Amino acid sequence: MATKAASPNVADVTAGHKTSPRTIALMIIGLALILVAPFLIYPVFVMKVLCFALFAAAFNLLLGYVGLLSFGHAAFFGGAAYITAYAIKAWGYPPELAILLGTAFAALMGLVFGYVAIKRQGIYFAMITMALAQMFFFFCLQAPFTGGEDGIQGVPRGKLFGFIDLSNSLNMYYFVAAVFVIGFLFIWRVVHSPFGSILKAIRENEQRAISLGYRVSRYKLGAFVISASLAGLAGSVKAIVFQLASLTDVGFQMSGEVVLMTLLGGIGTLMGPVVGAVLVVSLENYLATSSLPVPVVIGSIFVVCVLLFRRGIVGEFNAWMDRKRG
Amino acid sequence: MVTVFGISLPALMGQLLIGLINGSFYAMLSLGLAVIFGMLRVINFAHGAQYMLGAFFAWFLLRYAGIGFWPALVLAPLGVALVGVVIEKVLLSRIYNLDHLYGLLLTFGLALVIEGLFRHWYGTSGQPYSIPSTFQGAFNLGFMILPKYRAFVIVASVVVCLATWLLIEKTKFGAYLRAATENPTLVQAFGVNVPRLLTLTYAIGAGLAGLAGVLAAPVYQVSPLMGQNIVIIVFAVVVIGGMGSIMGAVITGYVLGLVEGLTKVFYPEASSTVIFVIMVLVLLVRPAGLFGKE
Repeated sequence: MATKAASPNVADVTAGHKTSPRTIALMIIGLALILVAPFLIYPVFVMKVLCFALFAAAFNLLLGYVGLLSFGHAAFFGGAAYITAYAIKAWGYPPELAILLGTAFAALMGLVFGYVAIKRQGIYFAMITMALAQMFFFFCLQAPFTGGEDGIQGVPRGKLFGFIDLSNSLNMYYFVAAVFVIGFLFIWRVVHSPFGSILKAIRENEQRAISLGYRVSRYKLGAFVISASLAGLAGSVKAIVFQLASLTDVGFQMSGEVVLMTLLGGIGTLMGPVVGAVLVVSLENYLATSSLPVPVVIGSIFVVCVLLFRRGIVGEFNAWMDRKRG
Repeated sequence: MVTVFGISLPALMGQLLIGLINGSFYAMLSLGLAVIFGMLRVINFAHGAQYMLGAFFAWFLLRYAGIGFWPALVLAPLGVALVGVVIEKVLLSRIYNLDHLYGLLLTFGLALVIEGLFRHWYGTSGQPYSIPSTFQGAFNLGFMILPKYRAFVIVASVVVCLATWLLIEKTKFGAYLRAATENPTLVQAFGVNVPRLLTLTYAIGAGLAGLAGVLAAPVYQVSPLMGQNIVIIVFAVVVIGGMGSIMGAVITGYVLGLVEGLTKVFYPEASSTVIFVIMVLVLLVRPAGLFGKE
């Protein structure tokens, strides 16, 4: 029940393991775009887009492929950002270790939050994840190591593996790009694995999956932990790019933002969250210089998406392609 | 001086009073949330925004029309209920046949818009709203000082919660409502206008939030952020209580307010997280919530 409408792309359940030439072509084009982007656009902007795209793709793994709406993913994103920033700044960790630590922390948090949240379904799941994330927000507000309202600022980028200087903006860029591509391919792999098929089966009909003998809650928890870890990976890298971890990263607005990116791009499509992230980050960049209040615009897009545009941009595009093919 | 567990009695009672006041608002808000959810199956994320609207409408009435607290106590909730009617008619009624998650997403977007607009116009600092003259001053109970207005808030919230409970459990309208929750098609076949019932329910829920907002205006400041802070706590309250029972939501609201107050006395660091921790514990032990039916 909780999943029927959240999964407009029933077709891809049956798409199976065969990768169409179109998909391969798209992936090569995408990769090429990522490679040349820093020479065409301001690199920091593209890095921000890539971090959020990975974050949204991780979130979509849960919403789009298991049908679970987590309204607390900022906790993993921001929690990992704090850990990474602190490990670098206070303990002098190298970036790769700090990122690993941040991601591991997010995975652990995902395990705990997931264990609690999957006790309920549908709307309750969303409220529970939201409440847990809010609890973590208050924790971060008070904990001594997070720097309270200031956050952890001026995090040195350091040298990756001891010899790649990340303060060079191109080095930083290609590192972020590599993390994004690996993360994205990992999600792609998960979605097209037998594990991913079972997740989709749970999304389509949880009762039937149970009656087929699957321990649904374990699969849900597994997906939750993967999603949280990747969100954490995105947050860790973001902390290094912007040399900052702050309360904004753990606030519920951030959780809402990643929901919007996925909704706008297309829930349950691989490319949707990426497209959504590009649009939302660009929009925010644009709004920052205008006098329009950001939450009002973001909220309006939410309303419009829910009322008229539930498949999202990529979902609509896919549906249009299908219609054209007959 | 009398002390309890090393805490002076007036300080303890003071925090308990604050807890009870907060609890009154949790109770009223989770009540509205439960009423809306029971009928519409929508989790109204805009509940916090509607609470904020209630406070702001009261403030507008005072500031631009010179209308005081008592008329505002009726007019502002009516205004919020009217906003609720528009929201239900124009937006929510279009998504009833979809997954319930879309209701949450839609009202989340609405909350962002409403709160964003007020933040844009009035900034983040609060506007003061003075206590009505009838309730200036305080009662001296011997062991504590009880400000009159705070006593009024507690009494008023109990009355509001009881009245809502009576409306739903003991009146014909309530019977229609409960029947339509069980089986809307059948109730419609009996000639009851179910869509109108849905609109009314949402208006009542929104109006309740607005009423809570008016009552809150003199206690807290009238600020665009006041709803944002409370709505997620109320979600946790609702998860703890289980949305199946109206009384459950109300009782949970008061009790958790008190628990929060006590935490402020004995372990202040945890006061902002204690409700969430309780939520986790309840979910581990009794996933359906304290008053929920699985």
